[in-house]
Amino acid sequence: MAVAIPVGTYGAAFGAASIAAGFSILQTCLLSLLLFSGASQFAVVGVMGSGGSALSAIATGSLLGFRNGLYGLKMAPLLKLKGFRRLIGAQLTIDESTGVAISQEARGDDAARYGFWATGIGVYFFWNLFTLLGALGAGAIGDPAAWGLDAVVPAAFLGLLWPRLTDNKTRLLAISAALLALLLVPIVPAGVPIIATALLAVIFGSRAKR
Amino acid sequence: MSQLWIATLVSSLICFLFKYLGYRIPESLLNRPVIQRINSLIPIALLSSLVAVQGLTIEQQVVIDHRLVGLLVAAIALSFKANFPIMMLLAAASSAAVYNL
Repeated sequence: MAVAIPVGTYGAAFGAASIAAGFSILQTCLLSLLLFSGASQFAVVGVMGSGGSALSAIATGSLLGFRNGLYGLKMAPLLKLKGFRRLIGAQLTIDESTGVAISQEARGDDAARYGFWATGIGVYFFWNLFTLLGALGAGAIGDPAAWGLDAVVPAAFLGLLWPRLTDNKTRLLAISAALLALLLVPIVPAGVPIIATALLAVIFGSRAKR
Repeated sequence: MSQLWIATLVSSLICFLFKYLGYRIPESLLNRPVIQRINSLIPIALLSSLVAVQGLTIEQQVVIDHRLVGLLVAAIALSFKANFPIMMLLAAASSAAVYNL
């Protein structure tokens, strides 16, 4: 239950932002049901909302979703899933479920497995419920800017970014990426400036040892 | 099929495949330090550029407006370790207040 309120708020913000970006209620709910990874979902609707192509939206969303694959790599030996349960487990493999599982590892594999499933299922339920509520709500409010909705999307990204800025290298990368994106915005198609900054991450990551 | 449908379905499919492949491929394949490092840095670059583009541009132009106020308030809230809902509400409220001035 501790995760329900933040997840609910964030899910409602996603639902509303998705509608504001031009997605239908059905498309908005499908993104939460099928994609189910907050940062990727916000990226997809953000890129489409700012006039980007579907290709840019898919590329940005997928790059952000890649980390879930590495979480799966970490969870596979713990969960030991087969067949249908592996499909379900994979879909629930996100920041929150993996984070809770890892934090419970010291208390044994059973506790870690319980943490993964309880968190994954709980987040899935509340995320989808509040996505729908947010989407329905957004249809009723009219001008998104008058309710601060246009600031909620960048604020959501900032909230996801903030805990990752743990040292000077990550802060330097974040500032460089923001500046590069703003420089590129007027000269390349919408969506491309964001994908381009992934190259900065590759450069930063392959160079420095720390 | 519209661009919105393509974006919805294809990105959902690819993101699910990434999740699923994590359970199917041998761990040694991706368990290299450089891959791990790049993987932890890619979200930082993308999220930071998304903050900038979503908060400071309109239709391919850099625009300073009410959203920046919301972002600054969000940053202050985060630096005081405010939780997610509070931070989002403060950002929305401050941005809306400036917009409606």
